[in-house]
Amino acid sequence: MNIRQIVEILKAEVLTGEDDMEKEVKYAFGADLMSDVLAFVNEKTVLLTGLTNPQVIRTAEMIDISAIVYVRGKKPDDASIMLAKENNITLLRTSFTLYTTSGLLYSAGLQGIDVLGVIK
Amino acid sequence: MGEMVKLEYRVSSEDFERAGDASSNTKKVLKKIGIPSDVIRRAAIVTYEAEMNLVIHSMGGEIVVEIFPDRIIVTAKDFGPGIPDVDKAMQEGYSTAPDRIREMGFGAGMGLPNMKKCSDDFSIESEVGVGTEVVMTLYI
Ligand SMILES: Nc1ncnc2c1ncn2[C@@H]1O[C@H](COP(=O)(O)OP(=O)(O)O)[C@@H](O)[C@H]1O
Ligand SMILES: [Mg+2]
Repeated sequence: MNIRQIVEILKAEVLTGEDDMEKEVKYAFGADLMSDVLAFVNEKTVLLTGLTNPQVIRTAEMIDISAIVYVRGKKPDDASIMLAKENNITLLRTSFTLYTTSGLLYSAGLQGIDVLGVIK
Repeated sequence: MGEMVKLEYRVSSEDFERAGDASSNTKKVLKKIGIPSDVIRRAAIVTYEAEMNLVIHSMGGEIVVEIFPDRIIVTAKDFGPGIPDVDKAMQEGYSTAPDRIREMGFGAGMGLPNMKKCSDDFSIESEVGVGTEVVMTLYI
């Protein structure tokens, strides 16, 4: 699935990365705990979160997450937007909740990541 | 590449504005040197988790990253307060982070276990009142 499709499905506002709408993602992961993101996520994943501080962008940068969707209409702070631009991370914002956002993307064919074998 | 590269960063307690700068810079350097992406990924994770632990839990310290031709050694050393029960701290889900930190997305208690998992060699030494030293080696 590419970013353009995600924007359409979530009726999302594009905060950064307008020029990169064809970027592909293979999985989505929803979390408000950044250490869980660091422990479970591989590349080509879009992160769905309600957390809006710069540490979310730092976390994404560390493991090459290329796109983040802020749910429930949350808006990242200016520091986040600057950091995201520096690191070519696409930021989207939707009014749907985390649950609905996940459901919409999942029904459109976007897989969750496989944590079997990671969690004992 | 035969030369050894050494990166040193001071990390201040509670400085959330600059938290992640050391890891971000480390990752960029590793990329520039041309380290394999799997190793970069693991090095970025351990450095970032170590840096966040210094910011969140310690009174300040430093991160040193040494890049040798065959391995990367990441050392996180701080000036206290030390960890009373290291075995407990190493357990998944164990965290003493207050709510204020959890609201920022940290305090899942997954940091140290993941740092161990992502390193080839991992050691942690801690003394209450003195400090904590975590050394992580990743083979290239
Ligand atoms: N540098 C440190 N100084 C003091 N305590 C630490 C340090 N690093 C970790 N700890 C302790 O170990 C616990 C577990 O650390 P970690 O696995 O990274 O989880 P988290 O950071 O989410 O709490 C922390 O909650 C804290 O009590
Ligand atoms: Mg931690």
